[in-house]
Amino acid sequence: MRFQKWLVTTLYILFLLLPIYWLVSMSFKTTNEILGVFSLWPIEFTLDNYRKIFTDPTWYNGYINSLIYVVINTVISVSVALPAAYAFSRYRFLGDKHLFFWLLTNRMAPPAVFALPFFQLYSATGLFDTHIAVALAHCLFNIPLAVWILEGFMSGVPKELDETAYLDGYSFWRFFIRIFIPTIAAGIGVAMFFCFMYSWVELLLAKTLTSVDAKPIAATMTRTASTSGYELGLLAAAGTLTIIPGAFVIYFVRNYIAKGFALGRV
Amino acid sequence: MNKISNQRAWWLVVPVVVLVAFNALIPLMTVVNYSVQETFGNNLFFWHGVGWFEQVLTSERFHASLFRQLAFTGMILIIEVPLGIAVALCMPRKGPWVSVCLVLMALPLLIPWNVVGAMWNIFALPDIGLLGRMINGLGIDYNFTQQPVAAWSTTVLMDVWHWTSLVVLLTYAGLCSIPDAYYQAARIDGASSWSVFRFIQLPKLKRVLTIAVLLRFMDSFMIYTEPFVLTGGGPGNTTTFLSIDLVKIALGQFDLGPAAAMSLIYFLVVLLVCWVFYTAMMRNEEQ
Repeated sequence: MRFQKWLVTTLYILFLLLPIYWLVSMSFKTTNEILGVFSLWPIEFTLDNYRKIFTDPTWYNGYINSLIYVVINTVISVSVALPAAYAFSRYRFLGDKHLFFWLLTNRMAPPAVFALPFFQLYSATGLFDTHIAVALAHCLFNIPLAVWILEGFMSGVPKELDETAYLDGYSFWRFFIRIFIPTIAAGIGVAMFFCFMYSWVELLLAKTLTSVDAKPIAATMTRTASTSGYELGLLAAAGTLTIIPGAFVIYFVRNYIAKGFALGRV
Repeated sequence: MNKISNQRAWWLVVPVVVLVAFNALIPLMTVVNYSVQETFGNNLFFWHGVGWFEQVLTSERFHASLFRQLAFTGMILIIEVPLGIAVALCMPRKGPWVSVCLVLMALPLLIPWNVVGAMWNIFALPDIGLLGRMINGLGIDYNFTQQPVAAWSTTVLMDVWHWTSLVVLLTYAGLCSIPDAYYQAARIDGASSWSVFRFIQLPKLKRVLTIAVLLRFMDSFMIYTEPFVLTGGGPGNTTTFLSIDLVKIALGQFDLGPAAAMSLIYFLVVLLVCWVFYTAMMRNEEQ
């Protein structure tokens, strides 16, 4: 029984890692090797693909652009979500339940529905092809996400904390910043991680709202794949590099990851 | 937790409402606007009533992509939910391997969606991909760029690869919250492992499973990037799901009216199903 359990887990993880392995291994191959010979690991091990990405501005600017709008988005989303989540977790007010559901509906809205109107809205406001445009557009699903996750964490903090602080003469904002935010630091970290992640993996809106100056790495990849023929090694290297940020921070949130994916509901 | 009634709490919510409304209401109204108008270019618009809605609702193309979408969502739910539960039941509960498992399993969830598509593309190509080579090596003729069945199974497999971990993680979190005393009681009663699952674990998992199905439903219903990169909606139209079709109509053909009408119908379907789940979820929470 124990053995069977190990077997299932191991097989599942192998299944998950196999495509990733193939991508990484391909990124160390030359184009000739990819198209010419079939090998399970790189025979002529090469770093050329990575060298190209780190020296060619059209490539590395893609990463910088992605990082800029992702960071702006994370900061905006979490900072406006904090007070809102506090309101939802502590108070009852007119329309609170409907508002909470309305926020979630934006997480459900298919980005394809919004692609064209977003393009027109951001062109009309003169924000097209700027980092802030993508950052604001991603707020559509990241703010609801942050509100839900933070509300989940805040509901776990006993209300006596607030009441004691108010009795001690703390004003709302002083209490909120000095006491409450440090108390739910873990929750803020998790919310930031998820905003970062969802903004990082989304492509449709990011691609629609940018052309040159703020073009994300993901869009650079798709365009390269179609225009310059079969530079698969380069594509694989770029893909591998996009996995790294997530893989790097995931360790820190591993125990909260289910809660984050469940919009703070577990 | 009983909450205090306080109308001034609205002030704390205002920034969120403003930002989300800017992103949600203005584009949504644009869509509504297009859906009831006809244009002949030059920004001249004419009132068209519900004509576009009738056209979309009766068009075979919409029926076909809606059907494909429902089939796809149904298939991945049928595979991912039981598989996810099975893997979560097998995961170790304690020890150093827990972290390793959690981190490795979450990895696919953090990969940009177009990279997922590109990765599966090069993984499944019959000439240079590991999977394509293996299947052809087994003597099965497999080429997902030309065979509809192969394209479908590859897309479904890709989604299973991408999202089953979500079900695993949620179920695992649910399983960990069951107190040990429950299992001890079951052992004293001599319960089989099936009845432990059926009468202890499954009822306790109801909540997380509702969330998992809700999330998988809504995310798979709006899937765009992964199949677009993997198959481009082809061969032919066989993997053209709703979002792909919508983008083709809206940005490819620039048929704004039909696209807008289709967007609204699409959004309403998602909204309706999610509302049902949401109500169920909130009822669970109140208990």
